[in-house]
Amino acid sequence: MSEFLQFAFSGLTVGAIYALVALGFTLIYNTSKVINFAQGEFVMLSGMTTAFGVTAGILLPFAALLALIITVLFGILLYRLAIAPARGASPVTLIIITIGASIMMRGVAAVVFDKNYHSFRSPLGDTPIKVDGAAILPQSLLILAGAAIIVVALWLFLNRTLLGKSMLATAANPLAAGLVGINTSRMIGIAFALSAAIGAVGGILATPIALTNYSVGTFLALKGFVAAMLGGMGSPIGAVVGGLLLGLFEQFGAGYLSSQYKDAIAVIVLLLVLFTMPNGLFGKAGIERV
Amino acid sequence: MARGPFVSHYALVGAVALVVVLLPLALPDNFYLRVAALVYINAIAVIGLNLLMGYAGQVSLGHAGFFGIGAYAVALGPAALGLPVWLSLLAGAVLSGLLAFIVGRPILRLRGYYLAVATLGLGLLIWMFFNNQSELTGGPNGMQVPRLVLFGWRATGPATWYWISGATLVLGTWIALNLINSPTGRAFRAIHDSEIASRVLGIDIARYKSLVFVLSAVYAAIAGSYFSLFDGFVTADSSSFIRSIEFVVMAVLGGLGSILGSIVGAAFLVVLPQALTVFHEYEEIVLGLIMIVFMIFLPGGVVPSLLSLARWRTA
Repeated sequence: MSEFLQFAFSGLTVGAIYALVALGFTLIYNTSKVINFAQGEFVMLSGMTTAFGVTAGILLPFAALLALIITVLFGILLYRLAIAPARGASPVTLIIITIGASIMMRGVAAVVFDKNYHSFRSPLGDTPIKVDGAAILPQSLLILAGAAIIVVALWLFLNRTLLGKSMLATAANPLAAGLVGINTSRMIGIAFALSAAIGAVGGILATPIALTNYSVGTFLALKGFVAAMLGGMGSPIGAVVGGLLLGLFEQFGAGYLSSQYKDAIAVIVLLLVLFTMPNGLFGKAGIERV
Repeated sequence: MARGPFVSHYALVGAVALVVVLLPLALPDNFYLRVAALVYINAIAVIGLNLLMGYAGQVSLGHAGFFGIGAYAVALGPAALGLPVWLSLLAGAVLSGLLAFIVGRPILRLRGYYLAVATLGLGLLIWMFFNNQSELTGGPNGMQVPRLVLFGWRATGPATWYWISGATLVLGTWIALNLINSPTGRAFRAIHDSEIASRVLGIDIARYKSLVFVLSAVYAAIAGSYFSLFDGFVTADSSSFIRSIEFVVMAVLGGLGSILGSIVGAAFLVVLPQALTVFHEYEEIVLGLIMIVFMIFLPGGVVPSLLSLARWRTA
């Protein structure tokens, strides 16, 4: 029982991070129909910046803020310099551009920082809380709380503010949104910034327990994508549910089957979803026009 | 393309053969022969990928998986099963083609982003296998590859592999061009232009997609076998995600739908890091930058853009 509980807790913790990456995918996909393969790099970049900031003696809140600002800046630059100039390009072209951006950001992190693993101490300390024989790190609770706050804030932003509603309108129908005076290009830019910010928060929350390194972004992007697909591409609720489910699958699979092939679980889930239910759990069925 | 496709088709095979034969005269030493052999080996894999992407219009972000199967076949065949190297090479190509055949049908039903990510996942699974089964493959530390021995003759050294890979490249170019100018090739292009229209015309889409996928997997496996035989050593890196991406970039940068473009793309991406060794630290930044810049300003690729420029000048 305690083993089961342990896997469930760690599954939800990891899943919350995947959910944040998946939310980032969803925001960008909905407004621009671009799948941003550099999504994982936002998490990496902010984790690395915070870790280096703390090591350099900056107080954690300021280091985290700095990481957030830098990551959002990268998100905006990614849109302005690489995505916007290629508007209307084919999926293959856009895939190569975002993968190129991802490789570039990895390279920048390797040169500016280094290629070692980094972390910083959780502000809540690292004395585990015992629950029924299972140990939970206080940082795990912070991750879950942080993810929940972001989900609620994002919902409020999209449904209760004019800017958020303009973004939803851009997602629903760019042409009509443009006709009623919404600057759709600016909305897509904001989606990139917001998505980078969500990734950045994920990186700041995860680094104390997950460690970070210049190369962690690739697998994070893949898992975030799998989570988004599992939930149904384009659905924010789906992204959250998909992320949590994927985290649970992974931890239970690693615990009961094989920890060596932990990363393979995400790929197998991805292939199963693509083959059997490409619209995911909450996605809408797409109709193709000839 | 419009006038006399057969003339230009044989002219291209001839031109490639001529370059392969004459290039060693211009290369000062073994280092350059080695780089040229690497260009040819990569070009073989990229031509296969170009048939899939440029002619049939199907993306694959996992071709390094097939490359890795070929690369490990020539190491594991002799080490684990006691097969001769040449037979292991053939077995690797067959195995790779068989895997492509089995997974091809379900995977190739997907389109666009979904197909891209499914093939990426397939490539990752193959990489994970090579990386994790370290008692068999040596994992990240790699394993030794025996020399290729044909009729008592040991194939070793840059010069030997220059000629083997060069000859195979000419053969691979010839086969690819023959295929493109056959009814099968026309079916590929019809599928590329519109799947629904080609289905209406009676083209068995699933069969043709599967065929080109298998063919491209065989090209990749042979290139992979050459790569590890040439090196005498193989690691799980041979099937890594970044290598899959490099193949795609070579194909797209040279120009999708242009066999010559595949060779040019391979040459560019193999030679560039050699020329930039001083900037080794910045290799990833440069690669990423090239991908972004070329996709924004020259999405059609180098060779097709130059050809249309030449045509525009003469018109």
